[in-house]
Amino acid sequence: MAEEVREFWRWPESHWANPDIDWKQGKIITSGVDVGSVSTQAVIMVDGELYAFSSTRTGSDSPDSALKGLSIALEGTSMTADNIDYCIGTGYGRVNVPMAQQTITEIACHARGANFVYGSAVRTVMDMGGQDCKAIRCDERGKVIKFMMNDKCAAGTGRGMEVFADLIGVPVWEIGPRSFQVEKEPPMISSTCVVFAKSEVVGLLEEGEPENDIIAAYCAAMAHRIVELLNRLGVEKEFAITGGIAKNEGVVKRLEKEIDVKTMEKVWHNPEYNSRNYPFDTQIIGALGAALFAMALLERGRVKSARKA
Amino acid sequence: MLANYGFKDGSGDWFLVIDTDKCDGCGKCEAACPANVLEVGPDEYDPFREEPVAKVREEERKKIRYSCASCRPGYGEEPTPCVIACESGAIYHSEGWKFLYGKQ
Ligand code: SF4
Ligand code: SF4
Repeated sequence: MAEEVREFWRWPESHWANPDIDWKQGKIITSGVDVGSVSTQAVIMVDGELYAFSSTRTGSDSPDSALKGLSIALEGTSMTADNIDYCIGTGYGRVNVPMAQQTITEIACHARGANFVYGSAVRTVMDMGGQDCKAIRCDERGKVIKFMMNDKCAAGTGRGMEVFADLIGVPVWEIGPRSFQVEKEPPMISSTCVVFAKSEVVGLLEEGEPENDIIAAYCAAMAHRIVELLNRLGVEKEFAITGGIAKNEGVVKRLEKEIDVKTMEKVWHNPEYNSRNYPFDTQIIGALGAALFAMALLERGRVKSARKA
Repeated sequence: MLANYGFKDGSGDWFLVIDTDKCDGCGKCEAACPANVLEVGPDEYDPFREEPVAKVREEERKKIRYSCASCRPGYGEEPTPCVIACESGAIYHSEGWKFLYGKQ
């Protein structure tokens, strides 16, 4: 029997549908599809409430990934894509979302989504995506008032972390916890550029440096890169993070320590969502923001419903 | 909104900033730019804004340091053509160019 190839970068995919909502009673159904370079999320909202979502890996083909994402979000519900009034595409692959009527940048969507998820107190949003990271300041309505992105290289991104996980042979969700299993915090590796970091990590492994120390050193370096961008933007409280890297405590805790600001607790601002145990997922915030924009544009009469059934 | 187009790397901050609250979309900056860096179009960061706005072309964002360098942002004798063209003062550059090239 052939040996199974372990893919250490592979994070768990998910989908969820809200058991408390009968969508047929709803008036406006909107969706947001966020096709990132690494992951794709689809969110469906009924009258502005979270109805269903999915989070999957982006395949080699963006339109396929978008369609797959939406159909997984609809799984187990009686809703079909034809029941959706308006769909907005966002993310890196937003122009390749076949069912979207419109596209909006992920910066606008993350600010809007964070406002819904974390509440109107959010002023700074750090989106740590697959391919780039974006520092955003927004007002109490979730409108962007300042933004800055770092899209030069994969340092400080989800893809960088995946490459690292594969290189060191540790599953990506274990990186955070293991980065704290060190006797003392090692010096951060000097380069977070994926290409250079790779050779630096290989060198450290060859020297027999403990794995957890290398993990800690890499997390610290990634946190530092993000801090540089944040300092340029200026962090104002409350501070929230979105995107996949937000789940990596090894990076988040070190980042908080370096800027001496805590990130908002990863719980819903809406207490009902918490008491009903709706899953909290930082990766869906961009798609959620897109679905919220769809709702707002329909309500303001700026766009027309494209619902087919 | 302060839209920061560009990037930050080990050598400095390379951003062209557009203050979209001051910009009325007149297009004078686009016409003045010798390197075709700027364009005027719908606001990608505020779907509710109806007025067009100036922005850096997508394909220029990662290489803005080099695209704008010939205008000597922040250290030339004259302000850059885009800054001169914009009567409402909506455009400026970050310090990367000034710090790295200014003292030479
Ligand atoms: S600095 Fe020069 S090249 Fe850059 S946007 Fe202004 S006019 Fe164009
Ligand atoms: S010249 Fe100034 S006001 Fe006119 S489009 Fe350019 S940035 Fe906007």
